[in-house]
Amino acid sequence: MNEPLYKTDLTLRDRLRSFVNSFGLPRLIIAAFLLMLYIAAPFVGAGFWMQISNTINRFSWNAIMVLAMVPMIHSGCGLNFGLPLGIISGLLGATLSIEFGFTGGLSFLMAILIATPIAIILGMGYGWLLNKIKGGEMMIATYVGFSSVSFMCMMWLLLPYHSPTMVWGFAGKGLRTTISLEGFYDKVLANFLQINIGSLSIPTGTLLFFALLAFAMWAFLHTKTGTAMTAVGSNPTFARAAGVNVDRMRLLSVVLSTWLAAIGILVYEQGFGFIQLYMAPFYMALPAVSAILIGGASVNKASIANVIIGTFLFQGIVTMTPTVMNNMIHMDMSEVIRVVASQGMILYALTRRTEASK
Amino acid sequence: MEKKNTPLLEMRNIKKDFFGNQVLTDINITLGEGEVLGLCGENGAGKSTLMKILFGMDVIRETGGYEGEILLNGQPVHFETPFDALAAGIGMVHQEFSLIPGFTATENILLNREPKKRNVVSEVFGDRLDTLDYNQMTGRAETAIEKMGFQVDKSMVINEMPVGHKQFTEIARELSKDQLKLLILDEPTAVLTEKEAEALLESIRSMSKNGIAVIFITHRLHEILSVCDKVVVMRDGFVVKDIPAKETNVSEISKWMVGRNIDTAASAGVRDKSDGKTIMSIRRLWVDMPGEIVRDVSLDVKEGEILGIGGLAGQGKLGIPNGIMGLYEAGGTVELDGKPIPLNSPRKCLDASLAFVSEDRRGVGLLLDETLEWNVAFPAMQVQDKFLKNYLGGLIKWRDEKAIREITERYIDELAIKCTSSKQKAKELSGGNQQKICLAKAFALEPKFLFVSEPTRGIDVGAKALVLEALRRFNRESGVTVVMISSELEELRQVCDRIAIVSGGKIAGIRPATDPSEEFGMLMVSMVK
Repeated sequence: MNEPLYKTDLTLRDRLRSFVNSFGLPRLIIAAFLLMLYIAAPFVGAGFWMQISNTINRFSWNAIMVLAMVPMIHSGCGLNFGLPLGIISGLLGATLSIEFGFTGGLSFLMAILIATPIAIILGMGYGWLLNKIKGGEMMIATYVGFSSVSFMCMMWLLLPYHSPTMVWGFAGKGLRTTISLEGFYDKVLANFLQINIGSLSIPTGTLLFFALLAFAMWAFLHTKTGTAMTAVGSNPTFARAAGVNVDRMRLLSVVLSTWLAAIGILVYEQGFGFIQLYMAPFYMALPAVSAILIGGASVNKASIANVIIGTFLFQGIVTMTPTVMNNMIHMDMSEVIRVVASQGMILYALTRRTEASK
Repeated sequence: MEKKNTPLLEMRNIKKDFFGNQVLTDINITLGEGEVLGLCGENGAGKSTLMKILFGMDVIRETGGYEGEILLNGQPVHFETPFDALAAGIGMVHQEFSLIPGFTATENILLNREPKKRNVVSEVFGDRLDTLDYNQMTGRAETAIEKMGFQVDKSMVINEMPVGHKQFTEIARELSKDQLKLLILDEPTAVLTEKEAEALLESIRSMSKNGIAVIFITHRLHEILSVCDKVVVMRDGFVVKDIPAKETNVSEISKWMVGRNIDTAASAGVRDKSDGKTIMSIRRLWVDMPGEIVRDVSLDVKEGEILGIGGLAGQGKLGIPNGIMGLYEAGGTVELDGKPIPLNSPRKCLDASLAFVSEDRRGVGLLLDETLEWNVAFPAMQVQDKFLKNYLGGLIKWRDEKAIREITERYIDELAIKCTSSKQKAKELSGGNQQKICLAKAFALEPKFLFVSEPTRGIDVGAKALVLEALRRFNRESGVTVVMISSELEELRQVCDRIAIVSGGKIAGIRPATDPSEEFGMLMVSMVK
C-alpha cells in the first residue's frame, strides 16, 4: 500500500521542482514579494485598487519598449542597450508632428508615420555597425545609445523648431526639457474604451495596442523570416550553411527593435502626458533590459510571455515598493528603491546570461 | 610480496543513477600494474560515466555521488575532485581537448607544473612570481614526448597543430607527471588518422612496459585487440563481458556491445558507372580551409554513384565539400549537370539542389538549442519554401507546424532516431542520433547531389551501421548521387562504388572500391606534404 503513496509524493515533488525550474526561482521570489506588497498596501494606507491601476498603467506605458528587446535577442545581437536610438526616432516623430501643427489623435498617428522612416534609417546604420563587431554587440550598443542621446542634446537646441508649445519661452528657440501633450495625444490610446470601476481604471486602448504589436511579433516569429532570425541567433554557422543571409537577418532585427522602441516611447508619452527630451532617453534602456530578463529571457531566447511577465513584475515592483515603503516609514525613498531594484536586477540577469550551446 | 597480489585498481559494485535513472549497475573491474584494459560499449552504455567517477569529476558529486568502492593499491579511495585523482596518480585524456590554444606544446605539457627559477621580484613577493625555467621545461617536455614515442613539435603553438598532434600533446602532458600510474584515454583515436592511431597504440604498449596501467576507450575494436591485455564490454550500464583480449575477436565484441549481430563487411554491391553521365565536374578547385587546404582538385562524379573521398587527416579531403558548398573561400570551376555552380555562396549551392552534411555536427550541423523539428525542416524551409503555408498571396509565409512534425516523425521512424519526441532539443541526443538528424536534414531537402562528410565520426558501431545503411538506401531508392568523405577506409570500401584518395591537396588516384586496401594506402602517402 505504501508504494503508490510514495510514487505520488515523488511526482508531486518532481512536478514542483520542474515548475520551479521552468519558471525560475528568482522570478518566484520576485512574484511573491510583489504579492506581499499588494497585501501590505491597504494596511499602510495605500488603496489596493489604486495600486493595481497604477501597476497596469505603468505596464501599458512600458510594455512595447520591452517588446523591442525581442527581435535582437532572437537574432543573437543580445540585449538592445542601444534602445535610446529608437527612442530618439520616436521623439523626433513626436516633436515634428507637433511642429507641423497636427493636434489630437491625428498628431499621434503622424508622430508614428514620421518616426517610422527615421527609425528605419537609424536602425540600418546601427545594425550595420553591429554586424561589424559581432561578439561585442552589447558593449557597442550601450555606447551607441549614450552617444546618440548626447548628440541629440545638442540637436534639440539647434534644430529650427518654432512651435510655441515646445520652444523655450524667452529665447523663442530650442526645445524645452518637458513638453506637455495636452491638446495633442495625451491619453489618446488610454481613453479608448477605458474601464473605470471605483478607483480601478484600466487603459484598455493602450493594452489593446500592445496586444496588437505583441501578436504581430509572435506572428512574425512564426513566419519563414522569423524562423530564420531565430536560427541565426541560435547558431549563425548553421544558418549560413542553410543558405540564410546572416547579416541581413541581424540588420532586420535591429531595424525592428529600433522601430518598436520609437513606437514604444510614443505610447509611453501618451500615457505619461509629456514628452521628455535631452537626458530622458538615457535612462530608458536599463528598465526595459531588466524587465525582459526578469521575465525569464536569456541572452539568446525571449518569448512574448517573457515580455508580459517581466514588464508586469518589474513595473509592479517599481511602482509598489516606493509607495508601500513610503507609507510605512514616512520617508521618501522611492527613487533609491527604484534604482536599487532595477540596477540589481540587471546585475543579477547579466550574471545569469546563457549562451547557445556549442 | 603483498604488492604483487593487490591489483593497482579495483572497482567494486559501482552503482550510479542520475535522478532515478540507473546508468551504472554493479560494475566490477580490476586492473593490475602495467595492464592495458580496453573498455568498449555503444554510446550511452556508461563508459564515460564510469570514468568520471574514477576521475572524481564534479558532475558526479553534484548529481548525488555514487555507490560502491574504489580501491587503489588495496586502499579504499574516494576522489572528491579531479585534483585528488591527479595526486593519486591517475591521468585522463578527455574527448574534448583541454589545451590553451595560444601556448606552445611545451607550455601546455607543463602547465602549472613548470620548473621555476627564483628572481629578485619573487624573493620579495613570493614564489608566484618566479621565472619559468624554459631550458628545463624543454627538457622535461622532450622526455615526455620521447616516452610517448610520437614526435610532436614541442615549440609549436597549439592552434596551428593538426588535430592528431593536439591529442598527442594531451597524452604527453599526462606522461610528464612523475607519479602517473594509471592513464585513462577516452576515445583518443577518434580524431586520429590511421597512421597516427598506430603510433598511439605503439606508445600505449611502451607505457605499459614502463608499468603504467592504461584504460583505453575506443570504438575501433581492432585497436583494442592489438594493444589491450583484457577487454571489458559494457551495455546499458552493465559489464556484459570481461575477457582477456587474446580469447576474443572483433565480431564477438561487437555482438556483445550491441546485443545483436552486425555484419561488418556487408557486401557493397559495387557498381560500375564509368560510362554513365557525369553529373558534377570539378576543375582546378582550391579551397582555403585551415588545416585542410585543397590545392588543385579535378574530379568527375557520375550520376547515381556513391563516390568515396579518403585520405589522411590534413591532406584536404574535408576541404573539397566545404569549399564547394561555400563555407570556406574557394576558387576554380564546379559544374552540376553542365551548369556552373557559383562558389563562396551557400545559398546558390542549395538552390542548385546540392546538400551537405558537415563533419562539424555541433558547430555547423545542428541548432543545438532548438527542437529536432526545426533542425530537420529548417534548410528545406528556407531554401525551398517547404513546410510553409502561404497567406495573402504569399506575402505571409507561415510555418506549417503540422507538416514539420510529420516530416520529422517520418525520419525519426525511418532512421530509428532515439528521442523522447520530435520536440526534444538536439543537444540532448547522443552523437549517433545527432548524426542521423543531420542526415534527415539533408534528406528533407530532397537533393540531387549529396555531400556527406565524416558521417560516422565519434559514433558507435551500431549507429554507424545504421547511418551507412541509410545513406546507401537513400542513394539506391532516390537515385541521389552521394559523395562521402571519410577517414576510415574500410567504411568507404563498404559503401562506395569508387574511392578517390586525396593527398597533399590533390587527387592522388581513383580506384574501384573492390581494390585491395594496400593500393589505397599507397595512394594516401603518395603526395603528402
